[in-house]
Amino acid sequence: MKVSYYPGCSLHATGKEYDQSMKAVSRALGIELKEVEDWSCCGASSAHSTNFDLSIALSARNLIAAEKSAMDVMVPCAACFNRFKMAEHHLKANKELKSKIEGVVGAKYQGGIAIRNPIDIIYNEIGVDALAAKVTKQLAGLKPVSYYGCLLLRPPEVCEFENYENPYMLDKILGVLGADVRNWSYKTDCCGGSLAISKTKIVVGMVDKLMKAALEAGANCVVTACPLCMANLDMRPSKKYKLPVFYFTELISLALGVEGAKDTFKSHIFDPQPLLNELKLI
Amino acid sequence: METFLEEVNKQVDGVPIQRCYHCRKCTAGCPVASYMEYNPNKVVKMIQNGKREEVLASSTIWLCLSCETCITRCPNQVDIARMMDVLRQMAIESGVGAREKNVLKFHKAFLAGIKRGGRINEPMMMAEYKLTSGDLFSDVLMAPGMFLKGKLSLLSPRTKDMKSLKSIFEKTKSI
Repeated sequence: MKVSYYPGCSLHATGKEYDQSMKAVSRALGIELKEVEDWSCCGASSAHSTNFDLSIALSARNLIAAEKSAMDVMVPCAACFNRFKMAEHHLKANKELKSKIEGVVGAKYQGGIAIRNPIDIIYNEIGVDALAAKVTKQLAGLKPVSYYGCLLLRPPEVCEFENYENPYMLDKILGVLGADVRNWSYKTDCCGGSLAISKTKIVVGMVDKLMKAALEAGANCVVTACPLCMANLDMRPSKKYKLPVFYFTELISLALGVEGAKDTFKSHIFDPQPLLNELKLI
Repeated sequence: METFLEEVNKQVDGVPIQRCYHCRKCTAGCPVASYMEYNPNKVVKMIQNGKREEVLASSTIWLCLSCETCITRCPNQVDIARMMDVLRQMAIESGVGAREKNVLKFHKAFLAGIKRGGRINEPMMMAEYKLTSGDLFSDVLMAPGMFLKGKLSLLSPRTKDMKSLKSIFEKTKSI
């Protein structure tokens, strides 16, 4: 299949492992990516926290750019995905707002393409059976908890994510890679990402709570699909609660035996290589 | 004259806030309720009671993480997350400012980054935040390692059509 690709700012900086592994996984699974022409920032929390029209217009500019290719747009960053879905929701529900925003952006919004996250595309378009058939290295010994966070799931009528209070798609994907996925009750709890820099103390407490729960569930790593969760979970936990954190696409790359799959591990803040070495996975 | 409740309802543009029957599910699920000056349910009550100044000057509206757990679980679809956005915007536009000053300074540095290059250059944005907030030393020990790991770069690509972005910021009268 062929999709438009919106990497967003994080995937070109602190989340570069996600961009690299997303591209590698797409190649391996036959998903052709075409980057959205001259994209700009989605506006993230800072736009919607301060100016509603700005938040819709910044996302609309990118959706309109993506529409030119007339293909669904894949948005790996959960925060960008959330802002695009939110803009789509408001633009489709409110004609007055739509014409106002079109005036601000200086172009028409059609609303004809679907905004999709890669978990949905891999699970629903590729399918776990086809994914399983491509696995060359079972991730034996890896005991992840899957962490979905907030922005892929909520609000449910906007994000349209399957089973938003107890999601399972990421768990199933990790399962067919041969990992022993641990069950836990914190799949959808917030990590505090939006205040990580301005209210760090509160956020360290939130991250520690998640990591402690992951350890209690018998996990030896945490898996995410969000660059903000990754930065927060990789950087912020107190010493006693540290666990390696992976993007789910890094683990798919590893299990599929993609060339250079292990290259992204060395740029994590908390080095996952000792764990992977111990399990003889790299 | 428009009451505070009417003003908020108009901006939220969804289910009227008075549909809340105070079950406090929003507050039970809020990950930062314990740090807030007034919990989310209390804010709903205060809006109904016309406590405009107290609400806009509170730390609560700036500590909300926009995790959207409240609206997800509200049995009456009262959009508390959107309400918090509305209250923050009102606090800025009415000149009350932000009780949690660094939170707003972070947002300003972030938006300034978009105005500058269309995309966020994280080291530049962090430098601007640190200079305006005076919070110079937290996290700085991590920066050299992140540059070495290639996670931070001063030369990330920018959006070419900056004119369209400048126009968006002007037309929406953004801070």
